[in-house]
Amino acid sequence: MPTISMTVNNKTVTGEVEARTLLVQFIREHLGLTGTHVGCDTSQCGACVVHVNGRSLKSCTMLAVQAEGAEVTTIEGLAVDGELHPMQAAFKEHHGLQCGFCTPGMVMSAIDLLKRHPDPSEETIRAELEGNFCRCTGYHNIVKAVKAAAGGTGS
Amino acid sequence: MAETGIGAAVRRKEDYRFLTGRGRYTDDISRPGQVYAYFLRSPHAHATLNGINTDAARNSPGVVAIYTGGDPEADGVGGLICGWVITDKSGEKAKVPPRPLLARDTVHYVGDHVAVVIAETLAQAKDAAELIEVDYEELAACIGTAKALDPDAPLVHAEAPGNLCFDWEVGDEAATDAAFAKAHHVTKLSLVNNRLIPNAIEPRAAIGEYDPGSDSFTLYVTSQNPHVARIIISAFHNVAPEHKLRVVAPDIGGAFGSKLPVYAEEVVCVWASKKVGRPVKWTADRSESFLADVHGRDHVTEAELALEENGKFLGLRAHTIANMGAYLSTIATGTPTWLHGLLFAGQYTTPAIYVNVKGVFTHTSPVDLYRGAGRPEATFVVERLVEIAAREMGIDPVEIRRRNLIPPDAFPYQTPVVVTYDSGDYAAVLDKALEMADYAGFEARQQQAERRGKLRGIGLSNYIEACGIAPSKVAGAIGFALGLWESAQVRFNPTGNVTVFTGSHSQGQGHETAFAQIVSDRLGVPIENVEIVHGDTDRVLFGMGTYGSRSLAVGGSAIVKAMDKVIAKGKKIAAHTLESSEGDVEFEAGTFKIAGTDKSVSIADVAFAAYVPHNYPLEKLEPGLDENAFYDPGNFTFPAGCHICEVEVDPETGVVDIVNWVAVDDFGKVINPMIVEGQVHGGVTQGVGQALLEGCVHDQDTGQLLTGSYMDYTMPRADDVPSFKVGFIETPCPHNPLGVKGCGEAGAIAAPAALINAITDAIGVDHLDMPATPEKVWRAIQQAGTAPAA
Ligand code: FES
Ligand code: FES
Repeated sequence: MPTISMTVNNKTVTGEVEARTLLVQFIREHLGLTGTHVGCDTSQCGACVVHVNGRSLKSCTMLAVQAEGAEVTTIEGLAVDGELHPMQAAFKEHHGLQCGFCTPGMVMSAIDLLKRHPDPSEETIRAELEGNFCRCTGYHNIVKAVKAAAGGTGS
Repeated sequence: MAETGIGAAVRRKEDYRFLTGRGRYTDDISRPGQVYAYFLRSPHAHATLNGINTDAARNSPGVVAIYTGGDPEADGVGGLICGWVITDKSGEKAKVPPRPLLARDTVHYVGDHVAVVIAETLAQAKDAAELIEVDYEELAACIGTAKALDPDAPLVHAEAPGNLCFDWEVGDEAATDAAFAKAHHVTKLSLVNNRLIPNAIEPRAAIGEYDPGSDSFTLYVTSQNPHVARIIISAFHNVAPEHKLRVVAPDIGGAFGSKLPVYAEEVVCVWASKKVGRPVKWTADRSESFLADVHGRDHVTEAELALEENGKFLGLRAHTIANMGAYLSTIATGTPTWLHGLLFAGQYTTPAIYVNVKGVFTHTSPVDLYRGAGRPEATFVVERLVEIAAREMGIDPVEIRRRNLIPPDAFPYQTPVVVTYDSGDYAAVLDKALEMADYAGFEARQQQAERRGKLRGIGLSNYIEACGIAPSKVAGAIGFALGLWESAQVRFNPTGNVTVFTGSHSQGQGHETAFAQIVSDRLGVPIENVEIVHGDTDRVLFGMGTYGSRSLAVGGSAIVKAMDKVIAKGKKIAAHTLESSEGDVEFEAGTFKIAGTDKSVSIADVAFAAYVPHNYPLEKLEPGLDENAFYDPGNFTFPAGCHICEVEVDPETGVVDIVNWVAVDDFGKVINPMIVEGQVHGGVTQGVGQALLEGCVHDQDTGQLLTGSYMDYTMPRADDVPSFKVGFIETPCPHNPLGVKGCGEAGAIAAPAALINAITDAIGVDHLDMPATPEKVWRAIQQAGTAPAA
């Protein structure tokens, strides 16, 4: 079995995995970071989005071995010393989550969205989040949260 | 207290853990030594099982055990049950065919469970499953709701001749016929309520674990109602007696009804854990969710509305065929009957109503409850009929509704279909919605759209909902196997904080916050000192779970009852502490006071005295401050509202753009408007999904599920819906202590009719099937010839 090594949430991690292991499985099952979720088997739902080398990525579309040497950030790596990241704070303030299952992927996608579109219109936010399903919120408050985070009025 | 009490938009207590990845969903749990289950499912809709050869699979690496049909039965473990068996119009019970956990001699739908492979890893279990040889003899399949009763339709179960599960009715048929006989106008409608797949984003999962030391089991499971799952698994599956089975439903990633039933996978995991001597874990992948979660809706309906010349409704008649799928799921026969037929009065004074529903078996996944469960189907029929009648009679759609609304002074209002509405002011709701939607300005907007080459339409939906089925004796009379109360336990800890145990379970509804608001408000304890506990049969007294928008009205009321007991006991303790008589003690904002004096003691000090009873009336009062209550409501609650939707249709492409959505709802007293608005947004979006995007499609010959993944089944995405305008009218529910009605399903009930009314208004047709895909809309435009000249 291949041995892999990468940086996850600023910590170096190594593990032995079957070659077919997906990055999301490595994160959840080997590292025990269960904040990254799996909602589908066709790479549509976005529950599994993490950052790999600074870009958002569906971790169910990548093999763990492909992330060799990469810098990975998961939802657990966002808050510093218990203080929420501004996007997390905006989701809380604007009720951008209900069951919380889509939330980690949604937050990771939204952070990347703002990197690329620092001042997005509602239309841009909705189009950019197309790869993240939420069955609970109807997206209304997610859009509101992302807008607020962009305007620096998240919380 | 105001900023965290009843009516405040308190930010949610549960969010920190969800936002930081510390939520704990079933699949996040791993038990030491766990092995993985994988279910081999039928690839055929209908086939005889001539034999299963598992020899090669058993020798595959990592395999711990393989079980097939007959194995659970050999251990005395029974099949799945239907917990709501209705009696039909001939006085006969609905037909309940046997439903083994693992198929015995026949498979009845694509996805039916054939075998379970348990292995050291999931990959090994899947690899081994591929080595199982099953000798299927394919048989003709009965697919399609409308065709199931055809004399030549393939038979699904010998127990149900002609595929008829039940033939149910409600209302007065003769009176309704008489109303139609004297009608000035009759509007007729044939429609299909499209089958949906619930698709909570968290797939179902289960871990069964056996402890030989105590001879007891634990089941971690994605369940909306863990105590109910425990009763069923104990009493009907005989896996373990109730006191030897703990069911834990941790954080649940959305449910919408799909996690209410008890499913085969869950029972197999808990049963098999003792056999293999290790925890057994199963998590559905999305493809399995599509096949093996219960589906929703799937009605074919013929309906008619009889009207007087002035547009007053005289009578309503509906005949529906409801698809049950291949087996009866947990409350399957109640969903299209009692939860559906009782809502046909809508918000109107229609004096005569008759509803007939035939439940049919087909070779498809079982159909049961999905957000709204029966009520969206009823509202869709009523509000489509009303809309078309208005157009046919040349009366404004708002005006025709207004002429028929139940007036505010008519409550409690007895409908012709059994139920009595509790309270409401439907005209006020309508007026507010019209104002928020700027209904008066619609024509100008329509003309403006026309200049841009767009067809603009507006549609209303005046929905009614029935939440919190009650009381239990009524539930029993209509065939529901259990009670429908809720329990609560309110425990003061010695240091003055409060732990509340509730039988209502949250799948995203924010109970940890809304319930804490109620407790904080009533007991005068800071909200951060209140913890809500749910979802564990070992911690929570008992519970009937969360469904049918019942948590606040029933579960919340139980908490209030328990708090009242806490306060009553607290008064006795305070009277002793303050050396006064109990009758003089008043409780307000967390303090017991003696009227007309400055003597007072805080409830925290009273709690301390209750647990450290050094100065305490032990001779007449037990120590402790911890009270239980059960609440069995006197009636359903009946939320109602008006949704108005405005669309623009591109005549070139048939694409529908929702340009405005107004929802005005009467949920009774609102505890947390932020949470309630969120429930409306989510519900409406599911309704938009039904009306525009979602539809479960089976191959009509083979029964293969053609919409079996997110590549084929269209989920509403962020760019399919607009931002919503939400308003409330509050007419308190008169029969529960909080005055609340329930808000979870309203949006999904209201939305489809509003949207289809708007689209058909835009393109000038009366009829349009859901989902109104661009292709269907474009074809309808071509047929109607309503495309503006190029
Ligand atoms: S799990 Fe659905 S996109 Fe990755
Ligand atoms: S909050 Fe439940 S899926 Fe988004």
